[in-house]
Amino acid sequence: MADEPGRNLRSLSLHVPEPKYRPGDTVSFDDMEFPAAGSVARPDIAADPATLRDYPFTLIRVLDPDGQAVGEWNPRLEPDRIRAILRAMMLTCAFDDRMFRAQRQGKTSFYMKCTGEEAIAVSQAMALDRDDMCFPSYRQQGLLIARDWPLIDMMCQIYSNAGDRLKGRQLPIMYSSKEAGFFSISGNLGTQYPQAVGWAMASAAKGDTRIAASWVGEGTTAEGDFHAACTFASVFRAPVVLNIVNNQWAISSFAGFAGGESTTFAARGLGYGIAALRVDGNDALAVYAATEWAAERARSNHGPTLIEHFTYRVEAHSTSDDPSAYRPADEGLHFPLGDPIERLKQHLIRIGEWDDASHEALQAEVTAQVRDAGKEAEKLGTLSGTAFNHGFETSFEDVFAEMPPHLREQMGQSLEERRVAGV
Amino acid sequence: MNMIQAINSAMDVCMERDDGVTVLGEDVGYFGGVFRATAGLQKKYGKNRVFDAPINECGIIGVSIGMAAYGLRPVPEIQFADYIYPGMDQLISEAARLRYRSAGDFTCPITVRSPFGGGIFGGQTHSQSPEGIFTHVSGLKTVIPSNPYDAKGLLIAAIEDPDPVLFFEPKRIYNGPFDGHYDRPVQPWSKHDSSEVPEGYYNVPLGKAAVVRAGEAVTVLCYGTMVHVALGVAQESGVDAEIIDLRTLVPLDIETIAASVEKTGRCVIVHEATRTSGFGAELSAQVQERCFHHLEAPIERVTGWDTPYPHSLEWAYFPGPVRLGQALKRVMKD
Repeated sequence: MADEPGRNLRSLSLHVPEPKYRPGDTVSFDDMEFPAAGSVARPDIAADPATLRDYPFTLIRVLDPDGQAVGEWNPRLEPDRIRAILRAMMLTCAFDDRMFRAQRQGKTSFYMKCTGEEAIAVSQAMALDRDDMCFPSYRQQGLLIARDWPLIDMMCQIYSNAGDRLKGRQLPIMYSSKEAGFFSISGNLGTQYPQAVGWAMASAAKGDTRIAASWVGEGTTAEGDFHAACTFASVFRAPVVLNIVNNQWAISSFAGFAGGESTTFAARGLGYGIAALRVDGNDALAVYAATEWAAERARSNHGPTLIEHFTYRVEAHSTSDDPSAYRPADEGLHFPLGDPIERLKQHLIRIGEWDDASHEALQAEVTAQVRDAGKEAEKLGTLSGTAFNHGFETSFEDVFAEMPPHLREQMGQSLEERRVAGV
Repeated sequence: MNMIQAINSAMDVCMERDDGVTVLGEDVGYFGGVFRATAGLQKKYGKNRVFDAPINECGIIGVSIGMAAYGLRPVPEIQFADYIYPGMDQLISEAARLRYRSAGDFTCPITVRSPFGGGIFGGQTHSQSPEGIFTHVSGLKTVIPSNPYDAKGLLIAAIEDPDPVLFFEPKRIYNGPFDGHYDRPVQPWSKHDSSEVPEGYYNVPLGKAAVVRAGEAVTVLCYGTMVHVALGVAQESGVDAEIIDLRTLVPLDIETIAASVEKTGRCVIVHEATRTSGFGAELSAQVQERCFHHLEAPIERVTGWDTPYPHSLEWAYFPGPVRLGQALKRVMKD
């Protein structure tokens, strides 16, 4: 030991990270410095990753504080396109609000909101092609909504009701829709990352034109699967867009526990020779532009791109979480990148393509759309009301394509047990 | 053909018939795999369909799942079964449950090939038999051949199967059958009946066991290398043993097993894997459940010990003829 006689060595000490603020502390993000909107150059999509080494350490921003779209990354979208993005973001927000309430009303067991992160999934869905394959994590409901997937279908999954295409097997929000290009969500973090790379490799091997995209939170970059995916993506130059949504919190662990104190999450790409961008995740136009760049790059056989979306998780991790126990209640309000919906609204108004009245009308429209879908979905049952409306025996289906004898026997046994018990 | 050639032939046949069949794994491309199981395939089918992978089992299995979701039929190789553990989450949480959790929306027709088992002085990192870990998982099929004919036919069936299959290859018998007597010369497959393997397409259906030796006195349940040990011991001991090669652990052909035990009234289970919670425990439980009233002696398990596989002392670990012979005598006493 260091204090033994005759030893004169310095004691080691262990660094255990702590977030800057805990409940009760006064929050200030004044020390965060962001480059001005428009200040980052837009490289050629064919650029060698070795020439892009500064990009993981800056922040691509398009919308300036006045709501102007500035700089080379401005995707120069038509106003209708911007309004479509705004609409999908507002619809996502309205959907979240209603489903959160449904959980509190006991109609389902669980829900996860994406408040503050709407720009990421929505803008990215808009920037990708409809037939590109998405391997999402659990906070990208905006992908389905931006792809005009029926809200009622999503709600039926949340309620595990008779309309749930997943037969009541998955935790609410773990959607799956091959038709929507939305891969089945796993609760095990990061597993979808190498799968997305594999899908992209298959597409490339077959001479297809479709690419893949995947999403993880910053906390998940600590998982081995993240590094497996980066290795394969780099080695095989897979046409894939790998997204890290850095919303600062992995349940109650702040970004420092995933290595965020030492470097940026985008910088993980450097060691793999992957082009890596860091983008203002609350700036819908910047997210769109970065995704469009990465998608074009992938489509032109220049390989993968890793994108860190710098944002903030405004709400709890899930309905099972109490963030007031580990962070100041007003931390989100102080987050300097603002609200993505407000920022895009301001931009549209600034360019003369929107006004408060139109915004209020759209808000009323999306709220009504969600309410109507909710009522329709509830007609097919809710988790609390009609938990077994898929028939108990369906839980034995789909384990294998063809039910093997031991499962047939167990299904028979379970039906017999329930018959005898009168349930 | 020896078993390696038969396995190579199975992949060749499948790749010829279905251009979605894709082989990946460490060293499988240009070199043809450390055991040469994929030799010549890259040259014949190109690098888009047969390629080397980084040393990353999580990635090998993870990208295979993605490839399957795209519509291909990947056949990933894990160089030794001992190295499958970094890929376990992808196998257990993802491949095995993809069909179920998406209610058939996404499926995962992958066949993970991996040499397993000991008897080659591979030490504790090249000798393990992890099949029991995977048979515990719902949604995975587990297949283990014991001769070249079955290896080809079962592998073709596995690759054509719409669900994820683990295909464990008993590497001790890649080049010839092995009766457990490590100190005497082994005959190569080329001098053995089971080496007669057709060149073209055929399959051996999954889920069907084979009665490889008919007998009346005791049923021996085994798979892989142990099939040959059991055949040797039955010959030497003169015990009229009925020997069943399970071929597929999941789904298990319990009908064939039960019919045999009901006939013989005795059952010995032999596998190389460690004993506690090994697949022998499952076999023992199922035989007891179905055949209790027919049993004339307690079920015996002859297995590897609950220790890692010791390098220089591997024959003390290996459930060879001495131990199996004694077990047969014990069950025949009652």
